[in-house]
Amino acid sequence: MGHKAAELYGNRTMTNPTQSLYAARLPIFPRRVSGYFRRLKWALMLVTLGIYYLTPWLRWERGPDMPDQAVLIDLANRRFYFFMIEIWPHEFYFVAGMLVMAGLALFLFTAALGRVWCGYACPQTVWTDLFILVERWIEGDRNARVRLHEAPWSLHKWRLRISKWVVWLIIGLLTGGAWVFYFTDAPTLLRDLASFSAPPVAYMTIAILTATTFVFGGFMREQVCIYMCPWPRIQAAMMDEDTLTVAYRDWRGEPRGKGLRRRAAAEAAEASIRAAGPQIGPRSPVIPMPGRPAMPSAPVLTEHKGDCIDCNACVNVCPMGIDIRDGQQMACITCALCIDACDEVMEKTGQPRGLIDYIALSDAPKEAAGDQPKSVWRHVLRARNLIYAGLWSGIGIALIFALFLRPDVEMTVAPIRNPTHVVLADGTIRNAYDVRVRNKQGTEQIFHVSLDHADLIITVEGSTSDKIAIPADSQGQARVYVDAPAGSHLATHARSDLRLWVTDQETGERAAVDTNFTGKDDE
Amino acid sequence: MTTHKDDKDIGTTGHSWDGIEELNNPLPRWWLWTLYGCIVWAVVYTILYPAWPMVSGATSGVLGWSTRGAVAEEIAAVDEAQSGLRAELEATDLNTLAANEPLHRFAVQAGGSLFANNCAQCHGAGAAGAKGYPNLLDDDWLWGGQIEQVAYTIRHGIRNEDDPDARYSQMPAFGEILTRPEIDTLVAHVQSLSSGADPLAGAGGEMFSANCVACHGEDAKGNRDMGAPNLTDAIWLYGSDTATLTTTISKARFGVMPAWGLRLDEAEVRALAAYVHQLGGGEATTEE
Ligand code: SF4
Ligand code: SF4
Repeated sequence: MGHKAAELYGNRTMTNPTQSLYAARLPIFPRRVSGYFRRLKWALMLVTLGIYYLTPWLRWERGPDMPDQAVLIDLANRRFYFFMIEIWPHEFYFVAGMLVMAGLALFLFTAALGRVWCGYACPQTVWTDLFILVERWIEGDRNARVRLHEAPWSLHKWRLRISKWVVWLIIGLLTGGAWVFYFTDAPTLLRDLASFSAPPVAYMTIAILTATTFVFGGFMREQVCIYMCPWPRIQAAMMDEDTLTVAYRDWRGEPRGKGLRRRAAAEAAEASIRAAGPQIGPRSPVIPMPGRPAMPSAPVLTEHKGDCIDCNACVNVCPMGIDIRDGQQMACITCALCIDACDEVMEKTGQPRGLIDYIALSDAPKEAAGDQPKSVWRHVLRARNLIYAGLWSGIGIALIFALFLRPDVEMTVAPIRNPTHVVLADGTIRNAYDVRVRNKQGTEQIFHVSLDHADLIITVEGSTSDKIAIPADSQGQARVYVDAPAGSHLATHARSDLRLWVTDQETGERAAVDTNFTGKDDE
Repeated sequence: MTTHKDDKDIGTTGHSWDGIEELNNPLPRWWLWTLYGCIVWAVVYTILYPAWPMVSGATSGVLGWSTRGAVAEEIAAVDEAQSGLRAELEATDLNTLAANEPLHRFAVQAGGSLFANNCAQCHGAGAAGAKGYPNLLDDDWLWGGQIEQVAYTIRHGIRNEDDPDARYSQMPAFGEILTRPEIDTLVAHVQSLSSGADPLAGAGGEMFSANCVACHGEDAKGNRDMGAPNLTDAIWLYGSDTATLTTTISKARFGVMPAWGLRLDEAEVRALAAYVHQLGGGEATTEE
């Protein structure tokens, strides 16, 4: 084993023991880039942020006694509203089903497109993208920001820094603010927040989310993805060789090269970074993968055959600060910005685009050997993805069916068992039942309780009739007495079947529950 | 197999097992600060809150917080929150209580837990009573089933010596007055009353009118002013079998109920009355 490892990895040197075990974060200054994926990401940012910030303000008419917020998680009253759908706590299986669907969707997308969630839709990525946009808008593009970073503190630097932080804070505040609106009526809460009469938990939530947005989007950025988030680990395990992911066509790009002088300068810079010590993240050394052809250890000086001109554009635009040319890395969130950057360069040098591209690992050797790769559709429509998609839509269809099959009137009946029956003065045998009826409508409804035995007398405690009034959108409970006259069949038999009905007086909708009647069995 | 040039740049920690070496990928420094932050938090926490185990109990923490204190605070907060409802319940006319939906619900809920604590021992958790302890679910009442009558019974109790206003009545022990055959006749007569026999007919009727009508009435339907039970209905507090009735008539029964007004406050008595009144047998208030 020992010699094999040495063969694989060479002879390592032990790290200098005085070297720190901890590494400071190296700041990353992603350069502006334009292209297909950048445009796609702008559009997605607009859509996701738009949904997030605006959803609580959508209205939906439900009835006079019901909230009119289209999407509302009403924890206090234990209701979840989503447009025409209202979910009661006993229907939590909808939420469970949607969570399972979200999980399956993640499996599907990861198996098909790698870390596409990370690159395009994850809030960490979207907000960081937005924060970088603000940064660039205030402090300038990459070079200006590097200069500013290295410049000593001056009035100018303070002014730029503070205005950037203020804009970040405002975004953070709006983010935390939007969150709380999902949990209560948004316009009312906004008024309360402004007049400082909102509940403390609202202010606390906003404060915490403002702080996390500010810190995660402004300062932690790639650190969140690399060190705090479990997805990179999980998703790496869910990808396979057919997964389309961002990769560098090294067989096409290498040996990379540029003018000899420029390359010497680039190598010197490279060497200084390497000398600074190893780290994950910015300029991370790749973890070697056995079986994968390693890259030439040094560019060939005399010849220049590869398409890569070693301009470092792909490195400079990378929000994670890594070099995709080092191969697949845990730090890569597949944001695809390096594809755009390289495509731009390829256009200038007159080479075909796609030196960095979405590639399936199984295609790499084929392409390298000059063969045709599998088509994108054959990668996407493979059995594994179809099974995920099938499961996902199966659960979705089942949930939709369940949604429309939900009864409008629901009743539960709990027969009182202590005591099982009561003898009244005239010998009548009385059984009592706790009847709970759910009124799912937006107005108060009257429900009739009835039985299919004609000789029984039914009364509702506290009323002289067989009616139960249940307020809008709530569950009501009533004690129902069923009296069997002395000597009747039910009164004289130990146990008889009984079916209780409730009927909505207005809609005629009814529900039944089978229970039983206990008679006096000692006669 | 060749080696990636980058690999050589990563040093190892010097740890090696079976030739497998551990790469030295340093942790980010902020991670370390997070750890220090947690340590500081933990130290501050142990100073502020109960933490270190001592010989008897734990250090109490400078904030003086305790789980018992938290419960006491919660109870005080609930008492505080309910004080308005309690005052309203004390002031309200019990006869109109049911019309005041929120107050009635409060009274019934409070009465339910008071019942479980104070009354269930005799009347049972389900209020179905037991031999000698009236069933509160039926529509038969010894002293009246209107809510004010129920409240009076709860407040002052029955045949106790603590409250001068307790409801009081006593049946003579007929074993000392009548002969055994006479009692047997009377027992048979009383047993027949539930099935509609004429209370005054026959030999039993004669004895009944001589000894019992003063309290139980000529129609044997009892008298609530005296707590004399209705003998014509289907409900028997001690039982209607011959042996039980013989004992009841010969020795007389003397059921006692405490005066709850001496132990509970007025709001609690009223809450209990509201609870008992809605168990199925409560009677509507009639004008006197
Ligand atoms: S390597 Fe490319 S795809 Fe990966 S994070 Fe960097 S820019 Fe995005
Ligand atoms: S952008 Fe393209 S050409 Fe430039 S260094 Fe990256 S891979 Fe090479």
